[in-house]
Amino acid sequence: MTGANGGGQTLAEKILARSSGLDRVVPGQIVEGRVDLAMMHEQGAQTVGPFHEMGADHVWDPERVVIAIDHWVPASTEGAAVLHRILRKFAQEQHLPHFYDVGNHGICHQILAEHGWVVPGDLAVGTDSHTNMLGAMGAVAAGIGPTEMAAVLALGRLWLKVPPTIRINVNGRFGKGVTAKDLVLRVLGEIRTTGATYKAVEFTGATIEGLSMPERFTICNMTTEMGAKCGMVAPDAKTSEYLEGIAKHAAHPLRADADARYERTVEIDVDGMPPMVACPYSPDNVRPLPDVVKEHVKVDQVFLGSCTNARIEDIRAGARILKGHKVAPNVRFIVSPASTSIYKQCLDEGLIDLFTDAGAVFTNSSCSACFGGNMGIIAPDEVCASSSNRNFPGRMGPKEGRIYLLSPEATVAAAVRGELADPREFL
Amino acid sequence: MQDPIHGRVWVLGDDVDTDQIISGKYLTIIDPQELKKHVFEIALPEFAGRAKAGDLLIAGVNFGCGSSREHAPQAMRAIGVGAVVADSFARIFFRNAINLGLPTIEAPGVRALFEAGDPATIELKAGTVRNDRTGRSVAFPPLPSHLLDLLEAGGLVEKVKRELAAGRSAA
Ligand code: SF4
Repeated sequence: MTGANGGGQTLAEKILARSSGLDRVVPGQIVEGRVDLAMMHEQGAQTVGPFHEMGADHVWDPERVVIAIDHWVPASTEGAAVLHRILRKFAQEQHLPHFYDVGNHGICHQILAEHGWVVPGDLAVGTDSHTNMLGAMGAVAAGIGPTEMAAVLALGRLWLKVPPTIRINVNGRFGKGVTAKDLVLRVLGEIRTTGATYKAVEFTGATIEGLSMPERFTICNMTTEMGAKCGMVAPDAKTSEYLEGIAKHAAHPLRADADARYERTVEIDVDGMPPMVACPYSPDNVRPLPDVVKEHVKVDQVFLGSCTNARIEDIRAGARILKGHKVAPNVRFIVSPASTSIYKQCLDEGLIDLFTDAGAVFTNSSCSACFGGNMGIIAPDEVCASSSNRNFPGRMGPKEGRIYLLSPEATVAAAVRGELADPREFL
Repeated sequence: MQDPIHGRVWVLGDDVDTDQIISGKYLTIIDPQELKKHVFEIALPEFAGRAKAGDLLIAGVNFGCGSSREHAPQAMRAIGVGAVVADSFARIFFRNAINLGLPTIEAPGVRALFEAGDPATIELKAGTVRNDRTGRSVAFPPLPSHLLDLLEAGGLVEKVKRELAAGRSAA
């Protein structure tokens, strides 16, 4: 007998049992979880009002709160400047030391990852829907609303409904030029954008065990597009190695039981899988890239950036495609590293030279063109090839603008060709 | 918090997303009294003008999907909606609504029991929704005591306020 009364538990169940101080939990059960890490970006400014309305006078644990501004950095509008100001003032009043401000900034999820703020077994929450990315640490990491964050800041806990888990079991070897991004796009094509609503998604299998931490961040990041509460990979030696010397608190590595009860298991074999692309206007509108390449989709803008794919590994992979080529005429190519430290690495490795010499604009680290509210906005009849995670109408500005979601390699291939291209032709 | 809750129902279909509840163009409105004039403008245009405090909403699957905007449950609360009962909810809507003190009940099969204007009775603690015209009802797992406490308090801000005050006087 497994499941409800005895026997196996999934990774999400084990983490939620731990954080709520229970021996075991079952899907559907409501628990009160202790928060190990709370993250806010600009939207956190909206938590300040309810926090004071609650009569809270201090944040439960300033060592467990990270503020990382990223959407408008440095502030590009008066509105953004005001949000930043509210957060700075709040951080000063509440003595919150972990504020990643302009000059030391990066996309909030990348900041959490590279500074070791989330470790195995944690319950982490953030005021951004892609907080799911940190589930790659073997943690439950979820997005919450601003009012709820106010309660977390006051109490250090929140109520959670234990989600059932969908297991994505992946086997096989990636072909040359095929990446973790292509895998997660393929999974999205199967699960669709509501297929994991209120659920946990756990990736398992030999292919997942072989993925590096940056690749795991990419796949967990896009569980948000599946509607999932959280996405995760069980912690292993790679997780410990990544966190060595940077972990901000003690890890509690947990793994699913062999007889854990999953709501369902989706089997994926990546042998022979081509690069994939999500076409407008939904991240689940996924097709094999070679089929779409045949249609000669011209691009006006190319974006290598976002929390999904702008780590040093992604930028290096793009550089390998770009080397010896120029950005196509009439294409604007924007490269935005996910953090200031990645920016510095690019500088050291000569990557900024390589991209700018080829005709790209290499920007300061931020969300950049990902969300259509700061820079890199496209015109209504334009097309963008992007390494980011969403292509809904209006995501890069006008609702008509068309966005194709791709791996970093395929993104750069499009910049060189001036139309969607198969990156394998460049390898 | 009332229990049981009696009211007249408005009926909605499946996959009513937050854009159909409060259209994107109204997101800069902060005052809930202003917001409520536009609630369900796309999904149920006559609602904002005719709904009365205490009316109930019955919906199909995946109610409140789409963005995470807190404006949607805020507008319903400003109207005085007594409860929202649906076959299923999208994750963030459910949380936002309960946190704002709006009784939100997942009762698979509920949509099929009702026609617009039917009188309904919801027993929160017992876990039933009944159509008082037809006498047919559907059971749901009662909300756990933790969420009932949250509703009782009138939402998360009030609940935390009480907890903090109690903690202080105990200290
Ligand atoms: S990079 Fe894009 S998806 Fe990631 S946090 Fe920023 S806006 Fe959101």
